[in-house]
Amino acid sequence: MSASNTAVQNVSGESGGQAPRQVLVFTLDGENYAIDILHIREIIEYGVMTEVPMMPDTVRGVINLRGAVVPVIDLSARFGGKRTQTGRRTCIIIVEVEYQNRLQILGVMVDAVNEVMDIDEADIEPAPSFGAQIRTDFIQGMGKVKDAFVIILDVAKVFSFNELAQISRLTAGANEALAHDAS
Amino acid sequence: MRRQQGVNMNFSDSLNTYFEESHDLLTQMEDILLGAEGRVPDSEEMNALFRCAHTIKGSGGMLGLSGVVSFTHEVESLLDRLRNAELMFTPALAQLLLECRDQIESLVRAEAEGTAVDEALGETLIQKLHAHNHPDQAQQTTQPAAAVETTAALANGEPREGQVESDCWHVSLRFDHDLLMYGLDPLSLIDFLNTLGDVVHVETLYDDLPDFFAMNPEDCYFGFEIALRSSASKSDIEATFEFVADQARITILPPHSLIQDYFDLMENAQEARARIGELLVACGSITENELSRALDTQHSGIAEPIGELLIAQKSVQKSDVDLALARQKEGDERRAREAKSVKVPADRLDALIDQVGELVIAGAATELLAQKTLNTDLQESTSHLLSLVEEIRDTALRLRMTPIGDVFARFPRVVRDVSKELGKDIRLEISGAEAELDKSMIEKIGDPLMHLVRNSIDHGIESPEQRKAAGKPEQGVLKLNAYHVSGSIVIEVQDDGAGLNSEKIFQKAVSKGLVADDAHLSKHDIYRLILEPGFSTASAVTNLSGRGVGMDVVKSNVEALRGTLDIDSVPGQGTMMRIYLPLTLAIIDGFKVGIGYSTFILPLECVIECIELPEGVKGADYLNLRGEVLPYLRLRQLFNVAGRSPVRQNIVVVGFAGRKIGIVVDHLQGECQTVIKSLGPLFSGVSGISGSTILGSGEVALILDVAQLIQRAMHAENQHVPA
Repeated sequence: MSASNTAVQNVSGESGGQAPRQVLVFTLDGENYAIDILHIREIIEYGVMTEVPMMPDTVRGVINLRGAVVPVIDLSARFGGKRTQTGRRTCIIIVEVEYQNRLQILGVMVDAVNEVMDIDEADIEPAPSFGAQIRTDFIQGMGKVKDAFVIILDVAKVFSFNELAQISRLTAGANEALAHDAS
Repeated sequence: MRRQQGVNMNFSDSLNTYFEESHDLLTQMEDILLGAEGRVPDSEEMNALFRCAHTIKGSGGMLGLSGVVSFTHEVESLLDRLRNAELMFTPALAQLLLECRDQIESLVRAEAEGTAVDEALGETLIQKLHAHNHPDQAQQTTQPAAAVETTAALANGEPREGQVESDCWHVSLRFDHDLLMYGLDPLSLIDFLNTLGDVVHVETLYDDLPDFFAMNPEDCYFGFEIALRSSASKSDIEATFEFVADQARITILPPHSLIQDYFDLMENAQEARARIGELLVACGSITENELSRALDTQHSGIAEPIGELLIAQKSVQKSDVDLALARQKEGDERRAREAKSVKVPADRLDALIDQVGELVIAGAATELLAQKTLNTDLQESTSHLLSLVEEIRDTALRLRMTPIGDVFARFPRVVRDVSKELGKDIRLEISGAEAELDKSMIEKIGDPLMHLVRNSIDHGIESPEQRKAAGKPEQGVLKLNAYHVSGSIVIEVQDDGAGLNSEKIFQKAVSKGLVADDAHLSKHDIYRLILEPGFSTASAVTNLSGRGVGMDVVKSNVEALRGTLDIDSVPGQGTMMRIYLPLTLAIIDGFKVGIGYSTFILPLECVIECIELPEGVKGADYLNLRGEVLPYLRLRQLFNVAGRSPVRQNIVVVGFAGRKIGIVVDHLQGECQTVIKSLGPLFSGVSGISGSTILGSGEVALILDVAQLIQRAMHAENQHVPA
């Protein structure tokens, strides 16, 4: 959070706003998205994942990140689409999100990671009011790259722990009831 | 008592020590007062009481806590009179002293946490104390005899032969260089002396001060020679320096001391004799004349033991010598105790446990690799290594174990106060206080336990009249008990009261909309209704419990510690609340089971046995286990794991809190050490899973919460019972 704020301030504070913003561009369901690299801790290859029962599709499971147990979010499911199919290029981007004044670590499953790009602040357009495939409040801005646009995600919104925890709780409750009926 | 000037130094370290120490002393006072109820405490206990109050006052004064000092001073005076048998110890007095103890506690807490103090209560207590003290006469009678004598000598203006003229105490102070590091400030010492009398003159010694460049600004290089005019006793003045005694060399000379004593002071000082002499003269403690006389008689050759000499000359009071001896003995005892235990900051222990956790995981990974190599030497060496790691793990965990008695200790007082307030007669019986559990659990179990105890006193045990009518002894009994059972600790709160009224509970639950009025519940389930949020059976709300915010909070507190709460009650005979808690929150022995490709861990202490699931069992969710009905859960269905179950499945029979269920799994994978890792806030809603761990292969495995699974199985079972 604070990291991104300072980044924005730096950019706008400097003369002419020439310092470009660095974003990581990745692919999900054929669409290009980007996350400010200041939120990103590392990128790892998709490996062994442990599914947690009774969780929504959005919360894919947990992984072992050098001794720490880290939850992994299926971004495609988070955007309301289907579960991400794992492939040869599937990656997990480890991002940092602030929750209750502490940095929480979260894995994000994506189809492929492309490159780190510099985008000038001037080339970032505000989010369109409709037309994008995802919720407008998830979009921080549209970065112009050559002739195409990449959607720069608002990390705090997309990976809001509050919202994710709420979804998980609801699904867990519903699944539990289902399991009862089945048994 | 004069108000102490504000001391704005950073005292935080010594303050903390003081708060801890005061807490211990106050607990000691309480123990003595409660123990002495119904009889008169012996002189040893009286002395201990006095010492407690005295130390709290003395150290408090050192730190400039004037509120604590002035109140405790009154208490101390009363205790002094009791100690000297000038007052009779009566139950009323014991009650007053208990109240005063509480007031001291809240005063100390006010300094520690900035909480408010009931000043009006303090005033009332002081007045009561005064009533017992008869302040006018008391002051006179407690005045030490020698001090009176010196005053008399002063009035006559005729110092005896060999004594100095000065009517002031002389205090000589030399501090260690690291004094300031302990958060102690010489200035506040002198300030405090001012509360005992008038500091007539202070000479500062800075001979110790090195070159500017060699000087460490954080060190204290000063010494002081102080002349003090005061009617205080020597022990009072000494008490001022109790806190710095380890970091300072202190000499206190009473008024009209022998010149010889001043001479000894000069002899023993590190500084040149003449220099000290000058300072003493500057202080007015001795005159020029006396100084030269002292220097003249330096080789007079008198070699009497100094203690006897002092007593002979009445420059030291007999009681002071006794006190000094007692203190010395006490110090020896304390040192002996310290040798047996070491205080370690909790975060260092936590770090150690974390590291041991990592070691366990790394060890498991190594073992896995060693097994793959087929190298028997390597395998042998790793298994040896692993057993060592296991021992280290156990030792490390034991470091954090604390006896539950620490928590139980506060209940005698609670039971006494609360039962008195309610007009009930209740005896508390404590057993199993030596049962140990993790320190972090000890801290968190206090509040829930307190609530259960208050609940039992308030709602459980009847009034004496009711008990008499019911043909029971008038005195109710409340039992606190703790014991270990298969890797958990059980804490019991038992009363011999009226028991729970299941009918009343059921109706109440119906009226609160917690259950349907045609529901059929077992007695046990009805009892459990009182744990539901918003439930309270007491018709009248008292100020103790009965606000309906109790039992559900107790339940969730206990569950947050991965424990369970169980209620058992026999109408007319009493109620038993049992808390089951795991011994530790960090590392457990686990039992691995597999479903499809996933691995789950069951806490090994819950596993009773493993059997094969009999073939052809369809539909029914229970089986016959040696004549016992065993309900079971199919984990695959419960957790919605994809894939098909293998032909042969296994049942792990688990037990918890006296109940047993079976858990159907695909494979059994054996035991392992498990370091519990929290799953974090995202997974707080998942029931049946208490955490996660990392296996030797690097994979994450989920730890099953047996208590929750059992509850679900029971719940499901109840729904199948036709209504």
